[in-house]
Amino acid sequence: MLHGWFTIVAQAVNFLILVWLLKRFLYKPILHAIDEREKGIAARLAAAEAKAAEAQKERDDFQHKNEAFDQERAALAKQATDEAHAERQRLLDAARKDADGLRAKRQDALRNEQRNLSQEIIRRTQKEVFAITRKTLADLATTSLEERMAEVFVDRLRALTGAAKEPLAAALTISVQPARVRTAFDLPAAQRTAIESAIKETFAVDTSIQFETTPELVSGIELSSNGLKVAWTIADYLATLEKSAGELLHVDAKADSPPDAKLAPVATSEAKPALEAVSSAPKGTA
Amino acid sequence: MHLSPDELVIWRYGFVVLNSTIVTTWALMLVMTVGAMLVTRKLLTEGPISRWQGFLEIVVTTIQEQIKEVGLHQPEKYLSFIGTLFLFIAVSNLCTILPWYEAPTGSLSTTAALALCVFVAVPYFGIAEQGLGGYLRSYLKPTFIMLPFNIISELSRTLALAIRLFGNMMSGTMIIAILLTITPLVFPIIMNLLGLLTGMVQAYIFSILATVYIAAATRTRED
Repeated sequence: MLHGWFTIVAQAVNFLILVWLLKRFLYKPILHAIDEREKGIAARLAAAEAKAAEAQKERDDFQHKNEAFDQERAALAKQATDEAHAERQRLLDAARKDADGLRAKRQDALRNEQRNLSQEIIRRTQKEVFAITRKTLADLATTSLEERMAEVFVDRLRALTGAAKEPLAAALTISVQPARVRTAFDLPAAQRTAIESAIKETFAVDTSIQFETTPELVSGIELSSNGLKVAWTIADYLATLEKSAGELLHVDAKADSPPDAKLAPVATSEAKPALEAVSSAPKGTA
Repeated sequence: MHLSPDELVIWRYGFVVLNSTIVTTWALMLVMTVGAMLVTRKLLTEGPISRWQGFLEIVVTTIQEQIKEVGLHQPEKYLSFIGTLFLFIAVSNLCTILPWYEAPTGSLSTTAALALCVFVAVPYFGIAEQGLGGYLRSYLKPTFIMLPFNIISELSRTLALAIRLFGNMMSGTMIIAILLTITPLVFPIIMNLLGLLTGMVQAYIFSILATVYIAAATRTRED
């Protein structure tokens, strides 16, 4: 029986030793490994969650940036469009202004040209008229143009009456300087005498007369004294001619042809030499 | 022909006897410890683990689950004791397929020793959990009249534990031995297989009963 008890105690001790051994070499390491693995899994899960959160955050950031970028881009595009519109408007305005300037310049040039042309026409017409008249008169009446002009001037002087005559008479009376007779040509002595006597008789004054030759004078003969003057002029002829030439030029310009210096004097029946008193601004001495 | 491996004495000095039961137990202890050391020497905490580690993890976690299911909420405290009970009985029973092997659990000395361990462990865990007063008061439940019956129950269930395991294991060995003398080879093999099953069931029953007793002793008053 003692041996039986010994075996029981020995087996109990064996069992307790086995408990300790297995606790030391089996349960603890296995449980520890399981815990470690679970901790690792938990850590990895947490890391994955953190990464997901971070990715979400980055995605949100990116989206925000994208939106901001889109807005900025839209604003820039709008600004650029506005600026382009403004620049276009400015360029158009500048071009319009330049065009206006050019047109004005061209119009000025055209006007100058017309003026020059009409002056040239007048000059040449005068020359031609005198030449024709001179020749015609010489051919028909054996009279020089100068003689005839002087005669006409004298006739007109003598024919002056009333309102046309009195101011001039007064001017001739009060003037201390000699009255001036200007002609476009040299007057022969006979005509000078005739004009002098006509003045003296017509205005009943005894004044000295000074004769001058002025080739540029359009009117044939001109008497001036103390700011007043009387002239026999072919200005009307010329005016009519100028008008006709102007119409012709206008038509030419309309037909887009370059302005032609062609002279086509057209005299009308109404155009006739007139002796008229022209009042110029009194400037003390003429 | 002997009923118990206790009868096979290997060495004797005075009252110290080294019989087959003790020696076989030592061998089993050695195998289990060395096996556990070999497997747990290189445990992996991440990545694919070795098959043996997986097997041992399954065993340990299953035992833990069983302890928890019985009602012990901190299975780590009881795992060493109950787990070793189960593993020792299971291994010693499974080894009956080896020739010339005699299970130590087929010896009444071993089963009595294990039952004694449970008999001591129950008040040990009970006092550890509830304190001495609390544990002793559990003998007076539901009334003090029940005290003798509780004490008798304590002793008888220990005896029952020892006898049940011994009877089952011894009978298995005996049946195979008897059948070998009267029947052809095939039938004892079937009985041997049945013996393996019985051994596993007994290991389970023994450890579960121990767990139930410990759980009853550690159950707090409000339960």
